[in-house]
Amino acid sequence: MSKSIEDLKKISSQVRRDILRMVHNIQSGHPGGSLGCTDLLVSLFFNIMKRKEKFDMNGKDEDIFFLSNGHISPVFYSVLSRSGYFEINELNTFRELNSRLQGHPATHEGLPGIRIASGSLGQGLSVSIGSALTKKLNNDKSLVYVLMGDGELQEGQIWEAAMFASHNKINNLIGIIDYNGQQIDGPVDKINSLLNLEEKFKSFGWNTFLCDGHNFENLLKTFDDAKKRLKDNKPVVVIMKTIMGKGVDFMENSHKWHGIAPDDDQLKKALSQLDETLGDY
Amino acid sequence: MERREYNFTEKKDTRSGFGDGLYEVGSKNKDIVALCADLTGSLKMGKFKEDFPERFVQVGIAEANMMGIAAGLTIGGKIPFTGTFANFSTGRVYDQIRQSIAYSGKNVKICASHAGLTLGEDGATHQILEDIGMMKMLPGMTVINPCDYNQTKNATIAIAEHIGPVYLRFGRPKWPIFTEDNEPFIIGKAKKFVEGNDVTIFATGHMVWQALEAEKILYQKGVSAEIINIHTIKPIDKEAILRSISKTGCAISCEEHNILGGLGESISRILIENNPIPFKVLGVNDSFGESGKPIDLLSKYGLDPKNICKFALDVIKRK
Repeated sequence: MSKSIEDLKKISSQVRRDILRMVHNIQSGHPGGSLGCTDLLVSLFFNIMKRKEKFDMNGKDEDIFFLSNGHISPVFYSVLSRSGYFEINELNTFRELNSRLQGHPATHEGLPGIRIASGSLGQGLSVSIGSALTKKLNNDKSLVYVLMGDGELQEGQIWEAAMFASHNKINNLIGIIDYNGQQIDGPVDKINSLLNLEEKFKSFGWNTFLCDGHNFENLLKTFDDAKKRLKDNKPVVVIMKTIMGKGVDFMENSHKWHGIAPDDDQLKKALSQLDETLGDY
Repeated sequence: MERREYNFTEKKDTRSGFGDGLYEVGSKNKDIVALCADLTGSLKMGKFKEDFPERFVQVGIAEANMMGIAAGLTIGGKIPFTGTFANFSTGRVYDQIRQSIAYSGKNVKICASHAGLTLGEDGATHQILEDIGMMKMLPGMTVINPCDYNQTKNATIAIAEHIGPVYLRFGRPKWPIFTEDNEPFIIGKAKKFVEGNDVTIFATGHMVWQALEAEKILYQKGVSAEIINIHTIKPIDKEAILRSISKTGCAISCEEHNILGGLGESISRILIENNPIPFKVLGVNDSFGESGKPIDLLSKYGLDPKNICKFALDVIKRK
């Protein structure tokens, strides 16, 4: 059942609290990109995707999501648990020894909701294409979503996959770019610029959409339109403008929070900016 | 088991064994999907492509993408077989195999042709001699290197039934056929070709035929060699290895691969931990290959019957 915009906002606030508390607890992990993709993942899992309640690796007749930029595992884990795939208390084990919540997402420990390991960048688009091909072979009309980072687009495999997807008319796949303009060493434009990203995808034969990754109305409308455009027999990419560190004023727009954990005072300050709407784990 | 001398009436490339095996198993099992990176002819996948176009994926010259697509195809129950040269099936895409296939536990069959020196004239850029090592180091990966056309065909059929990632290595040149047409391939079970008492020769891939030729020479010299085909390098048949050497008391291994990281190393570990008899590893001695005729290359790099005999006689002396 879809959630109202108000509900989505509440869930996002809670997910952001989860992210900060998880990363703070273990003093390790990637809060910046996680906070930036929170509104997207909440929208996908609570509203956009048609998914079954119980996790099944094969994901037949349900929409499937792949996280290619696996380092934003905190937001993935929080949204998976808040979606009911596993107990929220397990978030407390993030990056601990013997945890199913590995530093980067993995299938190895059997955490429900994860269908592929990711972390080494650039591989998720190819995997999602394979999954989309299987859906076609199985006459399964549901869709495949894959999220990639913008810095990740510097990996060559992404463009191998982008070329393949349009050539083979993969019209059951929606790619999403977390377009926050930041990577570990600094702004993407200074490290290795993507130049005109929308034109790049267009020239690779994709239909493109731009959206504001923090405006729920805009997010929902964009994905609604994106799904409709799949009838063009082309893959679709949503280039989603986001703010790294969104929701915590001192983390916003800085690559410094890509992979740094907040200390006790910073956590306190950050949590004071985010309402506890669903109860902390 | 009486001594049997192996001869052949026909030569065929092992890659054709793969192509024919893929076609046969693909005809029966509709979940099998074949992927190729612009080498359909070289991999002998043409018949599969022609008869099952909906289950054939041409990825173009983009092997990393092929491995990722293969991993994704398993989600929903397909059994992907990727086909390209061994070099591009392993070294070029190691991280993709490691993360998206091996660590993710995906049921992908990585089928790799033109392995080793016998690729021939194309030279060292294409003659991978490190692939077995790379693949056997990946947790959960099964590594198979069959010895002739029939065994490659039967192995291709067998791996479709096995759940889990598999690396299947085969080659380019026409090579003697000396195994049975319909002999079931049992993953992980070594095959004894000749019973012997004085020395064991463990061989894999094309080197099994070279070992059988060496056995004939040794027999003429009054040396009784046991020839064992280790077609599955991982999981290796430890029991068969230890059983044989407890009788012969010395052994050598032969492979068309770098001595670092290959079959010989796997056997060495078993011997040193269980029964450290005299043992020598025959393979390419930590070097790249070069252009040349396959048979000339094997001779230059010591992978011929003559050198196998020398290695065998050396270890017998050390008993």
